[in-house]
Amino acid sequence: MSMRRVLLFIPLVICIVLGFLFVKGLSLNPTELPSAKIGKPFPAFSLATIRNANEVLTEASLTGAVRLVNVWATWCPTCKQEHSFLNKLAQTEGVEIIGINYKDQRSKASQWLKRYRDPYIFNLYDEQGSLGLDLGVYGAPETYIVDAQAIIRYRHVGEVNARVWVDIKAKMQALGWSPKKS
Amino acid sequence: MTPKRKQRLILVLFVVFGAAIAVALTVYALSQNINLFFSPQQIANGEAPVGTRIRAGGMVVDGSVKRDPNSLKIEFAITDYLQTVIVNYEGILPDLFREGQGIVAQGEMDQNGVFQAVEVLAKHDEKYMPPEVQDALDKTGYDQEGNKQ
Amino acid sequence: MIPELGQYSLILAMIMAAFLAVIPMVGASKGSLFLMSFAKPLAKSLFLFMLISIFCLAYAFATDDFSVKYVAGNSNSALPVYYKLSAVWGGHEGSLLLWVFILSGWIFAVAIKSDGLPTDIMARVLAVLGMVGVGFISFTLITSSPFERLLVNTPLEGADLNPLLQDIGLIIHPPLLYMGYVGFSVAFAFAIAALLSGKLDVAWSRWTRPWTNLAWAFLTIGITLGSWWAYYELGWGGWWFWDPVENASFMPWLMGTALVHSLAVTEKRGLFKSWTLLLAIFTFSLSLLGTFLVRSGVLTSVHSFAADPERGLFILVLLAITVGGSLLLYAIKAYDVKSESNFELLSRETLILINNVVLVIICSMVLIGTLYPLIIDALGGGKMSVGPPYFNLLFVPFSLLLAFFMGIGILLRWKKSSPRKLLKQLLPSFFLAIAVGISAAYLFNQELAFKATLALVLAFWVVFSLILDAFSKVSNKADKLVGLSKLSPSYWAMQIAHLGVVVTMVGVALVATYSEERDIRMVPGDIVTLAEYSFEFQGAEKISGPNYSADMGTIEVLKNNQFFATMHPEKRFYPARGSMMTEADINAGLFADVFVALGEPLADGAWAVRLQYKPFMRWVWFGGVLMMFAGMLTVFDRRYKIRKSALPVTA
Repeated sequence: MSMRRVLLFIPLVICIVLGFLFVKGLSLNPTELPSAKIGKPFPAFSLATIRNANEVLTEASLTGAVRLVNVWATWCPTCKQEHSFLNKLAQTEGVEIIGINYKDQRSKASQWLKRYRDPYIFNLYDEQGSLGLDLGVYGAPETYIVDAQAIIRYRHVGEVNARVWVDIKAKMQALGWSPKKS
Repeated sequence: MTPKRKQRLILVLFVVFGAAIAVALTVYALSQNINLFFSPQQIANGEAPVGTRIRAGGMVVDGSVKRDPNSLKIEFAITDYLQTVIVNYEGILPDLFREGQGIVAQGEMDQNGVFQAVEVLAKHDEKYMPPEVQDALDKTGYDQEGNKQ
Repeated sequence: MIPELGQYSLILAMIMAAFLAVIPMVGASKGSLFLMSFAKPLAKSLFLFMLISIFCLAYAFATDDFSVKYVAGNSNSALPVYYKLSAVWGGHEGSLLLWVFILSGWIFAVAIKSDGLPTDIMARVLAVLGMVGVGFISFTLITSSPFERLLVNTPLEGADLNPLLQDIGLIIHPPLLYMGYVGFSVAFAFAIAALLSGKLDVAWSRWTRPWTNLAWAFLTIGITLGSWWAYYELGWGGWWFWDPVENASFMPWLMGTALVHSLAVTEKRGLFKSWTLLLAIFTFSLSLLGTFLVRSGVLTSVHSFAADPERGLFILVLLAITVGGSLLLYAIKAYDVKSESNFELLSRETLILINNVVLVIICSMVLIGTLYPLIIDALGGGKMSVGPPYFNLLFVPFSLLLAFFMGIGILLRWKKSSPRKLLKQLLPSFFLAIAVGISAAYLFNQELAFKATLALVLAFWVVFSLILDAFSKVSNKADKLVGLSKLSPSYWAMQIAHLGVVVTMVGVALVATYSEERDIRMVPGDIVTLAEYSFEFQGAEKISGPNYSADMGTIEVLKNNQFFATMHPEKRFYPARGSMMTEADINAGLFADVFVALGEPLADGAWAVRLQYKPFMRWVWFGGVLMMFAGMLTVFDRRYKIRKSALPVTA
């Protein structure tokens, strides 16, 4: 085989090496986790609510309807931006939203809900972040679609806004949910 | 060596020489111009070098923004909810900058543990650098009704 | 109904592309004229169906059909109609459709302009383009259809187009950029066809050159417009940021520039053949990397890749097939393509080789700087960024080197030049360039800055070479002016393109060195002086636009104490998306731009204001316009008119 023939393979070899590095890099991606819980039942929990420290709820409280579960905290700035949109969803579209107040203080959370209005049907107080850990939450806000059997159907990381809602709404409707007639 | 071969050798040497210089220069430039990212916690732990260009990022602490009334000097604190770092900056802040917003600043740590920023970039947060400005714009601190929060 | 029609014609376009990829290819390998004759009708119908498809999407936007998810996410009924139409490519799905549409446009152009091509070459070229079409139409259909409906519950109002994109620059920038990116697919298809047939003669380069030049011209103007847009729309007067999106368009441009030069050698001298093929493959690969990796967001963040793994994976597989497949073909078949002649060390060939080496080096360095943070992040090495100083440190010396060699290369002859004659031409122009360059730099600013002065010297060096070369072309003509006017369009294109490089170089050097900028707090009545301009801030008032409200500042500018302009920078708020936009006011001039922008409101009616003086700013883009014009001009050269009897004529 002549020298020139060997030389002509160099570009291919370089590209394969680069491509290999690239794919290897991407497969080490830490955010592949998100889909892990989809299609699985909501993790078991036993947590008090924000409005009442003695009101302890479990995963059974999630069954019965297609709902959104929203992970939030008062220390999370994006949650503040998201909050007014959640208010709108609850009010005009009749979306039932369950809040998980994540690694926060009850007093701050109650104050927040008073000040910015409360779009949630109830709020779980996940002070230690244990439910968040089971869910695989890695930041706030995160929002899940949970169906009537309390199975997680979809996960959205980051703010829910008009753009994202278009998508979430379609997914909820596919699960049999319908918006409030206004 | 025939003249033809000699010429070819000169050309090959030129290419190899050029490539070698380029590689050396690239490695040098890369080593000089990488801006590592540090979180407030890492800075508080003393991991960030003093006097070297770095990036630092976090959420702007509510109520921490102090302006000098006669110039564009500004001081604010950024936090990752574990530690807080004071940032000094002089200049115009980006449209997306506000309290409670995630920002990334470029600059240096000084002797007093204050971050002297030369550039402030507002991003959604440091975990998720938006692929386009578009996404960043979705995260401005205004609600859907247009009220500033 | 209309969106479904769009979807169906996209599917039909996909089927046409699939036939186009297979039938003529089989025909070419079997020597069946009948099968090969399918190529043109298939290419034309592919274009027709893509046209219908994109028209349907435009119609959905024009009629505010918010039942289409993509329309709902990127438009708004309050949007002016031209922005509604440009919103077609305002998001991922639509810009992908535009990409494929432009591809079909190039395929159509090749089909109708290929009468003089040998049938088998034409069949192979169109088939390769068909394959590219199959790949990207299926990507659109499977992962990113813009026609997806929200049937159950239609939103009453759309989420609005990103205000950054509500701008004339952004109406035309993406289509032009894509014309460039996608245009290189033609050169790529010719390269693959040459590898498949094992034939690469002068005729081949003659067919390939105009297409490549045209694509290069579009990419040039696309990048130029992008820079201009960033300058006035991103608000802060920067015109090149070395950010991944810009780099992604710059890399194929660098590689494409090398290709344009290498093709010239292949046409005129039958040399550098396998190198030309490799450059064609690389240029198109970098175009793909540019469009798709930026679109998928991998270049800016690994995490956005994981957010939509289906798209990302599809893109990776497509890239792997295109790049890997063509390089494998290259490795096996390029051996058959051999250069025909030789050249002396002191010849235009050598200088073009130097040009190619330097351009490829610059391109590789940009590639490394762009991908390095991503790879380190992916390998768990932490977050980092590679700043503009990295790129400037490398780009500046290499481009100055390029300009130096450009001055020599223009004067050299093919095959062999006489060193004595060259020295006789170059020595006077060398000293003259130094003298004139330094004087010009001194006249402009008494503090001579090294880099700017060097750039000016080199600019004159190249300009003198261009003039010398033009006159040596007509030295034996009686009437020099008549002789000059008879030189071929492609010769003038060469002159204009290199002049464009010089103009851009002068602009970059001066604006980067001598710009003045002040960020300052101003209360009404404050006066600030910058260079020979003084700015009086007269306050800001509330105004409202069609879909935004704004604070509009008034700044009166005096130049040397004479009234110069009244400027109105704005700070706009777009309620539909809740976003703020800085609308700078720019007074553009041939020799300087005056730029004012509002920062943020401060206490007591004061504003943070950015004032800038940017000398020779326009030159940066004017050079790009010259280069584009030159690229277009070559297409009109008679040499490239394909005739049935096109026989290679030795240069």
